Amino acid sequence: MTVRTAEILMAILMALLSIAFMMKSAELNIGWVKDRGPGAGAWPFWLATGMLICCLATIVRWFLRATPESRSTAIFIPSSALTMVVSTVAALAFLLLLTPWISIYLALMLFLVFYLKVMGGHGWGMTLAITIAMPVVVFCLFEWALTISLPKGVSFIEELLFYPLYDLIY
Amino acid sequence: MEDIIGHLASGFGEALQPVNLMMLVIGVMVGLFVGALPGLGSVNGVAILLPLTFLVPPNAAIIFLAAIYYGAMYGGAISSVTLGIPGASTAVATVFDGRPLATQGKADVALVTAATASFIGGTISVVLFTLFAPPLADFALRFGPPEEFALMLLAFATFVGLGSDDIPKTVFSILIGLVLATIGLDIISGRPRLIFFDIPGFMHGINFLVLAIGIYGIGEMLWTLEQTGGNVMVHKVKTSLAGIWKSMAAFKNYMGITSLSGLLGYFVGMLPAAGATPASLMAYGLAKTFSKDGDSFGKGNPAGVAAPESANNAASTGSMLPMITLGIPGSPTTAILLGGMIIWGLRPGPLLFTEHPDFVWGLIGSLYIANIFSLIINLAFIPIFVRVLTMPFTILAPIIFTLCIVGGYAPTQTLHDLWLMLLFGVVGYLLRKLDYPVAPAVLAIVLGPIAEPAMRQSLLLSQGDPTIFFTRPISGIIMIIAIVLILLPLVKLARGRAKPGEIETV
Repeated sequence: MTVRTAEILMAILMALLSIAFMMKSAELNIGWVKDRGPGAGAWPFWLATGMLICCLATIVRWFLRATPESRSTAIFIPSSALTMVVSTVAALAFLLLLTPWISIYLALMLFLVFYLKVMGGHGWGMTLAITIAMPVVVFCLFEWALTISLPKGVSFIEELLFYPLYDLIY
Repeated sequence: MEDIIGHLASGFGEALQPVNLMMLVIGVMVGLFVGALPGLGSVNGVAILLPLTFLVPPNAAIIFLAAIYYGAMYGGAISSVTLGIPGASTAVATVFDGRPLATQGKADVALVTAATASFIGGTISVVLFTLFAPPLADFALRFGPPEEFALMLLAFATFVGLGSDDIPKTVFSILIGLVLATIGLDIISGRPRLIFFDIPGFMHGINFLVLAIGIYGIGEMLWTLEQTGGNVMVHKVKTSLAGIWKSMAAFKNYMGITSLSGLLGYFVGMLPAAGATPASLMAYGLAKTFSKDGDSFGKGNPAGVAAPESANNAASTGSMLPMITLGIPGSPTTAILLGGMIIWGLRPGPLLFTEHPDFVWGLIGSLYIANIFSLIINLAFIPIFVRVLTMPFTILAPIIFTLCIVGGYAPTQTLHDLWLMLLFGVVGYLLRKLDYPVAPAVLAIVLGPIAEPAMRQSLLLSQGDPTIFFTRPISGIIMIIAIVLILLPLVKLARGRAKPGEIETV
């Protein structure tokens, strides 16, 4: 895909998003409410209208070839970089997908092993050191010092893995 | 004046409390490190680490974050010189002469000059900050909702009038930030707004950190992964105490231009759209113009390192002035600091000086001390920083992603927000590739929840008459400046059409 194609696709996508925001805001009162000032929907509605106008301006400028992006025929993301970016995003998505099931800690460890070993090509020593150190640091910092409970997965995992740890810190 | 000295003394006392001093030193170290790493700057460090500051009281937290901001300005020079890539966009101008110096084997001269200039620029700006802040806050006490709204409009107008980005894309970025801020319960009517697909996660709104970490954490990492692929070349640095002294002694030749750059940086830094990057570029241009041998610039003139480094440090202090006194951030980093202050229950703005003097003066006092520590730590640890910079990106990236994920979870503790953060990261990265500026969106999501009530209350005051923004004297003047700034690109465009021979060089 060229930068030029990406430019128009993004502008159309953002225009659609603006319309969605306008329609959602219009479900509320976008006019004047007596003694209460502008309705709840007025501010987002007019902002979203502004967004739409900006997108239309970008689309018009695309046809006029006014912006550098609308003239560029370079590849939007070169394939070597694309592999890296897509696998990073996919790995992060998997991490979030697995979190409600196997807890954020185990999901993080899988993510770290994948990233360090498969993507980075580092040795097992380095991979395991970081894979073990990161969750431990996160656990101490969040659960212990900040008392913010991170997702622990289904109850089976929580009982098995974390109950002994709770006994340690509480 | 005596008042200020008294407050400042108590500020030093506050900043020198053991907890605060420890946070300051850690903050400076983190900042130097973050600034030195290519691809990460102060804004990334502050966004990713803000959730961790819930550990300590607000006074210590703001000192920690301000120290990161400061340290990052010093650290940016390290990679500009040794790697030839700016550690942060704010250190772009430092590459011009810092890199040639390094290739000539004089990397130590460049680094010591950069550190000394940063110290001078930082000190000048902190003194100015101390003198300007209290009277400005005093003046701002008279502001009501119309003035507040006018100021926000002015902040956004600077992006349109002074920013160098595409205008429709800049305005789009501002507006989407403001719209994202409206999601959730409406404070005035109490009604839920923009709850897409009735997903309950939208009810509590979108925390600014979700957008900030998405864009400056995940989006930035994707950007850096694509740009560098993880391979960088490092230049050797040999440092010795004698060498440091020699470079510092030679520094007196650049004293004039460094001080001037500091002044320039401070005032440019106050503008939301400008900030440290343009300030340092302007200072570089200034140094070159006023130098007796302008031709030696770009070939390794230490003055070309001193001027931008002084300016970018001064700009970071400058951007804190409107944030602390008016509640309008002067840079993306201070926008995140402002969001943090709201989380800690402190409302930035003029009342801060009367209601939380220990907080404000502790911060100001810490800036003086952070400057000294940054200088010392920077000079002492240069060899270590250079070694860390050679660390492969594939080790650093997963560590930073981990911090983003757990940091993004902390404020609201829902998985919904983590998915949103990933989405913002990816979309932000794609938008940035298409030259949409992302900083205005972050500024807007922080200011949105303050701007909307200000506008609605103003309209209530005037029974729906929008002229209220113009008839009140202070608000009227601010509105007129804002409108002039918004119209500025149109004027440029019209003049550009009239004289097609001239091409703008900004």
